[in-house]
Amino acid sequence: MQTQPILEGNRLALSRLLTQVENDAPEGRSALAKLFPHTGRAHLIGVTGAPGTGKSSLVNQLTLHYRKAHQYKVAIIAVDPSSPFTGGAVLGDRVRMRDLSGDDGVFIRSMASRGSVGGLAQKTAAFVQVFDAAGYDIIIIETVGAGQSEVDIARLAHTTIVVEAPGLGDDIQAIKAGILEIADVLVINKADRPGVENTERALRSMLELAHPTKRIIHHHGRMMTLEAPVTDAPLWMPPILKTIATDGTGIPELAEAIARHKSHLHQSGDWASRDRARLRSELEAVLEEELMSRYLNGSHREAYEQALEKVIRREWSPYEAVRALLNGK
Amino acid sequence: MTEKKIRVLVAKPGLDGHDRGAKVVARALRDAGMEVIYTGLRQTPEMIAEAALQEDVDVVGLSILSGAHMALAPRILELLKANGQENVKVFIGGIIPDDDMPKLKEMGITGIYGPGASTEDIIRDIREAVKS
Repeated sequence: MQTQPILEGNRLALSRLLTQVENDAPEGRSALAKLFPHTGRAHLIGVTGAPGTGKSSLVNQLTLHYRKAHQYKVAIIAVDPSSPFTGGAVLGDRVRMRDLSGDDGVFIRSMASRGSVGGLAQKTAAFVQVFDAAGYDIIIIETVGAGQSEVDIARLAHTTIVVEAPGLGDDIQAIKAGILEIADVLVINKADRPGVENTERALRSMLELAHPTKRIIHHHGRMMTLEAPVTDAPLWMPPILKTIATDGTGIPELAEAIARHKSHLHQSGDWASRDRARLRSELEAVLEEELMSRYLNGSHREAYEQALEKVIRREWSPYEAVRALLNGK
Repeated sequence: MTEKKIRVLVAKPGLDGHDRGAKVVARALRDAGMEVIYTGLRQTPEMIAEAALQEDVDVVGLSILSGAHMALAPRILELLKANGQENVKVFIGGIIPDDDMPKLKEMGITGIYGPGASTEDIIRDIREAVKS
């Protein structure tokens, strides 16, 4: 596979390479290896949140803004779920992104999750590398949107946007671990709907619990001051923004918050540490996959099947089975 | 290497707003294990060709009920070709007069389906066309 056309911006070559990468074809792997030195420049923005909060519409408006105000080249990876039964998928995020058609500075690719959980597909990180090498300044990754367990995006993206909408769940939802803790920027979309103040209040109190800052509280009739713990690194307090993605209200402010987060990452050294963490988890994932396939392709297949039978008969626990397999018994 | 999935773009060019058929087909193709990129109503030929390029699809399925098929189909085929995607198979579902069918086939449309066509036939024809 020639990688030169991709570096020069050939869209058909780029699109075909994405397919090869997605199918884990040998040509895809060798092209990724050649492109890898060209990566590390793009700003990766993750967009996650429950279904129906308006993620796709928000991505549409944000991209329009980046094109108009900055002329950034923007790639969008929109992940939707595959059916666990048939392996098929209906990928419908493009429906909300029709304003972006006819612009050569935008490339939208829909991706089926193909059995992986956590909101991304297994090859999403590889797609990011291809777009990064192809010179896209901003890469927006829109997750499946199942809601509470989509933390993989925080490992992949530099800036994670969590999208909420009024009327979805009470404040206990906000205290649950996971989705809110990964937010670098919180967006309350559909801010023209009733209940927006309640949503904002719930999110703000949640954030104050999670992010220690100096607070003055009224407790048993006395004013008390709680000092924030002292650290050297500048703290990032996720801002809460209100948007109406259908008409673009609040989008410039969102773009500005994302830019502020980017400079915060550079100033605090978090850009480098996130890069490191991301590549480490990618390396681990590839190693895991490769070790597993090497193990099963070797002479261990039979022992593995026997161990599986014993586990099914409840003679071994999975732990005992693995110990026996790795000790070669 | 993981199995190669058939990717299908389902699009509705033209101005009529009836997309029930397109959605039924999209769902049937999904249940047949295909990855369907659904783009929604009122797509121009340019939008369809662009989406086909970005999504690297094997098949484009057009739903046309407005009677504009003799204008839309050649334009879409032309744009696909201009993008280097002449290998993409194009199927049409909708209301197509018998007289127009041979003309569309000659242009390069792979399959045409009217009201009452079975989704099994469409699935079988797509699998067949992608194999060749």
